[in-house]
Order: sequence, then structure tokens, then C-alpha cells
Amino acid sequence: MSAPVLELRDVTVTLPTDRGPLRPVDGVSFAVAPGKTLAVVGESGCGKSVTALAIMGLLPQGSRIGGAIRFDGQELTALDAEAMRGKRGAELAMIFQEPMTSLNPAFTAGEQVAEALRLHQNLSPAAAMDRAVEMLARVRIPDAGRRARQYPHQLSGGMRQRVMIAMALACRPRLLIADEPTTALDVTVQAQILALIDELKAETGTAVLLITHDLGVVADHADEVAVMYAGRVAERAPAARLFANPQHPYTVGLLGAAPSLEGGAERLASIEGTVPDLRNPPPGCRFAPRCPFAVARCAEQPPLAPMGEGHLAACWRAPLDSLLVAA
Amino acid sequence: MTALLELRDLARAFPVRDALGRARGAVRAVDGVSLSVAEGEVLAIVGESGCGKSTLGRLALRLIEPDAGEIRFMGEDLRTLNPADLRRRRRDMQLIFQDPFASLDPRMTVEEAVGEPLRLHGIVPRAQERDRVAELLARVGLRPELARRWPHEFSGGQRQRIAIARALASRPRLIVGDEPVSALDVSVQAQVINLLQDLIAELRLTFVLISHDLGVVRHIADRVAVMYLGRIVEEGPTEAVFRAPRHPYTRALLAAVPGQGGRDGAKAVPLEGDVPSPIDPPSGCRFRTRCPFAEAVCAERMPLLEGGSHAAACHLQDRLPPARPPAEHDAGGERLRRLQAFFTDRSTSPITKGATTT
Repeated sequence: MSAPVLELRDVTVTLPTDRGPLRPVDGVSFAVAPGKTLAVVGESGCGKSVTALAIMGLLPQGSRIGGAIRFDGQELTALDAEAMRGKRGAELAMIFQEPMTSLNPAFTAGEQVAEALRLHQNLSPAAAMDRAVEMLARVRIPDAGRRARQYPHQLSGGMRQRVMIAMALACRPRLLIADEPTTALDVTVQAQILALIDELKAETGTAVLLITHDLGVVADHADEVAVMYAGRVAERAPAARLFANPQHPYTVGLLGAAPSLEGGAERLASIEGTVPDLRNPPPGCRFAPRCPFAVARCAEQPPLAPMGEGHLAACWRAPLDSLLVAA
Repeated sequence: MTALLELRDLARAFPVRDALGRARGAVRAVDGVSLSVAEGEVLAIVGESGCGKSTLGRLALRLIEPDAGEIRFMGEDLRTLNPADLRRRRRDMQLIFQDPFASLDPRMTVEEAVGEPLRLHGIVPRAQERDRVAELLARVGLRPELARRWPHEFSGGQRQRIAIARALASRPRLIVGDEPVSALDVSVQAQVINLLQDLIAELRLTFVLISHDLGVVRHIADRVAVMYLGRIVEEGPTEAVFRAPRHPYTRALLAAVPGQGGRDGAKAVPLEGDVPSPIDPPSGCRFRTRCPFAEAVCAERMPLLEGGSHAAACHLQDRLPPARPPAEHDAGGERLRRLQAFFTDRSTSPITKGATTT
């Protein structure tokens, strides 16, 4: 296996708030290899988006990052603001859920893609615009020359997300972070956009960090998965293995909570209660208060323990198979 | 089975104006829709944004006025009722919205919000109001002592439970849910879906679910109507529509749902392009511009919904290649089902849950 493009080791993020510091990310480790997709899955507040912002150096002022974020062997947390600016857009790119808020309404689609190229690749304005139109065509925007002269409000949601992808990939970044890139889009358009990201990834060898709450998207597009809960990684595994043999109770519950197209189950698996308040998290395993398998030992924090073949789970009761023998 | 709600040839267009206020045409949001919902049935209306499903839901309750067509509810034509009679009828039909953050008044306590419809429709004597609110809260799985709290003190899932309690207060026969679980996280969504299913069964509710989420629809609906650009393109029993979709759009919609077949499985080619503008829809069949099977006839004549209890509006429906059966994917198998049973068994019916916490 080739060296990872991105490696996080025991990353913590502390944010200053009116009511004192908050730690939305608490000891997260994972790695992404070139040309591969790592999906980070979890529900709102699990820390997946804050992790992405930490990698991009886009956390609010006054935030503190602990642990190591290594990008192509270089420690990102040690870089100053200017050095980070040079990396963003060139080697590190990110696309967001709502393209309308990330595109500038006062510039045409073509100008926005061209700007990235001028800044990072020293192209002349005319050459940058030519490349921009080329990029828009590559993300399959029909009639790219005409569309390049249009403003964001003249484009559909799917089209805007394509412009974002064209901008993000214009400089052939080493890493693309896609934060819920299709959540705001209709299902038929979602399928087009995700297929496009896969295709461009295969072509350029870009590593992809895909942040999503949708396990179906994970099953179709991820090579590896990290399941996050309340700021920590609950389970990490190659995608196929995670679906075939989940070892953390939270993953088990999550898989049963999403209704499937085949119907089947009379009742959905219901994870009782709500996610813990991060100001006052439960001691030990943060999922324990909602876990049907919790025992006294869960008051201590379980380590991410190996379950074989690149599979890790942070649960004292894993592997869960013994629970079935007893039942 | 008698129809509780019957819609006939409903239509509603919204004028579109340019920046100077000049009329530039009209969006035909709902354009000739007929549907019938039987007593006790769960009917889902599915489609992508802009297909007209939310407008149809509001037309059915006469929350907005149709341009044409008929709405029969409990045997009465709602369009002929005067405002006072319509208000009385309203206690039998309620709407639950997508966003529980926007649908509750931030200045009303839970008790006031849930009690308001009781007072409005004179459901119980004033003296019994508090008890009835406590009963309703217990029924949706909330502890009655939460009645004095304000909406902002609750999570999204709890707010949606409050909205459901409020909708149930007037003892309605029909509830329309417009994306009622779409704003919730998966684990909380599952709790609210289980609650809705229990309530539908126990109170024998008739439920119209408006949703873009095909998994949710498959899970709770008895019958499905698929909309595209203001018209119903397919309608039938849920099982039949999901197993053997007859309209090319339904097929494309189902194929686009992620998580069926895995990353290396033969995946359906995603539908190309975007939905055309509803201001100027294509002639004939509105789906023809994106349909891989379209022929000359599709541009000439608008297809009608045909085929009995499982009907589709497609000229070619009897000549299409057979639909691909949904891929069986059961990655976790028996082991996962047995582990998940530990989660399922803990969710009890909201009534018993209420009883233990009161």
C-alpha cells in the first residue's frame, strides 16, 4: 500500500465558546491513501465536519488543535496562515453541501474556476479562462462555453455543485474533502455527482475524504470507513467489511435505523435517547448510555482495538459475536 | 373500502413575474391530478424537488385554493364549504411539517401548543385540558412533566414529537405529513418513524406521506403515487411499484438510490440532465426529454394513467424491457439482524411507554 496522503493521529479540536471551551473532536486517527476514498460517517454533532475544517485550517479564531495532521509527510498544524493559504486550493480542496453559499454571486462560473487557476498555477487571465471552460466541460456541464459566462443564480443546484467540483479539482489537488456534497440535491442528481467524483478520482489519483450521514452513499463510494460518535471514532474498517461484519454497537444500530428499499423489517432498529451533551459527556464510552450491550466496564473509555484485516472497534464488548452465543 | 379523501383533476398554477413585476408565465405546479385515499390507508406521494408534491398536499387540505378540480373529504366537496364549515372540517385533517424548528411558536410552552387545538375546536372541557395534554404527550413518548417547557429546550426529534401531539389533539381522521422525518438524523428518524407507525395502527389514522426518501416510503406506505413535473406518472401498491416499476422515471428514481449493489456491482446509468422548467414543460410526456426509451409518440400525446390498480402514464409501458429486480443485498446477514434485535426490542409502543413514565 502506498504512503497515505493524509494521516491524522490523535487529533483533538478545542473551540472557545461563550460557555467555556468545547471539544467537538476528541482523539481522532485515520489515514487516506492516494486514489482512495475514506468516508467519515456519523450524525449531526459527531465532529465529522469540524475534523474537515481542522484539516483545511479553517477553524474559527481561538480554536486549538492537538495531535498531528500530516499531509504528504508535512505537519499541517505547524504551518502559518500564509503557508496554509498556499496549500488550500492548490493541494487541498474542499466542496461543501450548499454550493450557493460557497460560490460568489458577483462572478460568473468561469471566472470563479479561472481564479483558482490564476492564483495557484500562474496562468494568464485568457489561458486560465480557457482551462476553466475545459474544466466545466470535464464535469459534464453541457454547453460549457456559454455556462462559463453565467452567474451562480442562473444555474441549477446540480450545475452549481458541478462548478464547485470544477473549482476544487482545477489544480489537481492531492486531497479532496467533500462535506455532504450531495445532501442538498435530488437523488437522480446525487447519483450523477458522486459518479463524477469517482471518475475524476480514478483519473487524477486524488485522495478523497467523503463526509456523509448516508450509509448508502458510503456503501457505493467508499474504500474505507470511519464511523464517528460524539467526537470520537467508534469503528474503522474497509467498507465491505464494515457492512458485512460491524463490530461497534453504534454501527449496528445505525445500519438498522435506515429503512431499506427492500422493505423487510417490521420495525426499524431504534437507538433510544439522544447524543450526549459534549459539555458534559458521559465518562468512558460515550455511546454507553444508549447501548443495549453496556456493562459496568463501559464507564472506562475503550481503546480502538484491532478486529483483524484493518478493522478497529472501540468497544469493550467487541467482537460482538459472543453476545449472540449467550443469547 | 370507502375513500376518505378523493381528488379529481386538481390543478394549480403559480404566476411567475420578472424583476419588474410583469407576468412571465406560470408554473403549473399541479396539473390534473386525481387520487383516492381509502380510510385507514397510508399513501405516499414521492418525487424530486419541484414535482408538485407539497402543493398537492396543501391543495388536498384546501390550505391553498385549486384553480380547478374537486376535493371530496368524508363525502363532502371541500371547495363548496363556506369558511365556518371548512373550519369545523379542519379538526378532522391535520398537517405535520418537515421543520420542527419552524412549525412550533417559540413563545408557546408545549402545553399551550398542544392545548391550542383542543380549545380551538372545543374538544374537551377547559377543566380537562391539562389531563388531555398530558395524555397526548405520553402517547408520543414524552414525559408529561415536560409540558411547561419551551420549544427551544428540545432536540429536533422531541420537537417533531410535540408537533405530532399537536396534530393528534383534535382527533383527526386524516394526517398529511410533508417530509415529517427528513430533517432528523438517522437514529432519531427511526424513532419517529416507529412512533408514526404505532399511531397509525392504534388510532386507525389515514396518512398521506409526502416524501423524497424512497426508503422511508417503502417502509411505511401501503400505496405510492410517483410525481414528475406536476403529474402522477405511476401509482400502485408499494410492493408492486418497488418490485416492478412500470414507468421509466420510477425505474430511474429507484436505481439512483445509493447503497443497492455495492461499489463494484453493475450500476444503473444515472439519469442525465436536470428536470425541465415547469414554466415551459415539454410537449406530450413530460419525462420524454430524459427518458432513454422515448419515441415520436411521446412528444405528440400526453400519456394517461392506465393499468388498473397499478397504473403508469407511459405510452410504452407494455413494450419496455423488464425492470431489473432490486439487487438483494444482505451484507450483514443473520448475525446483523440478531444484533439489531437488541435495539428493536427496546422500543415499546408509545402507550405503554407513557404509562410507565406517568
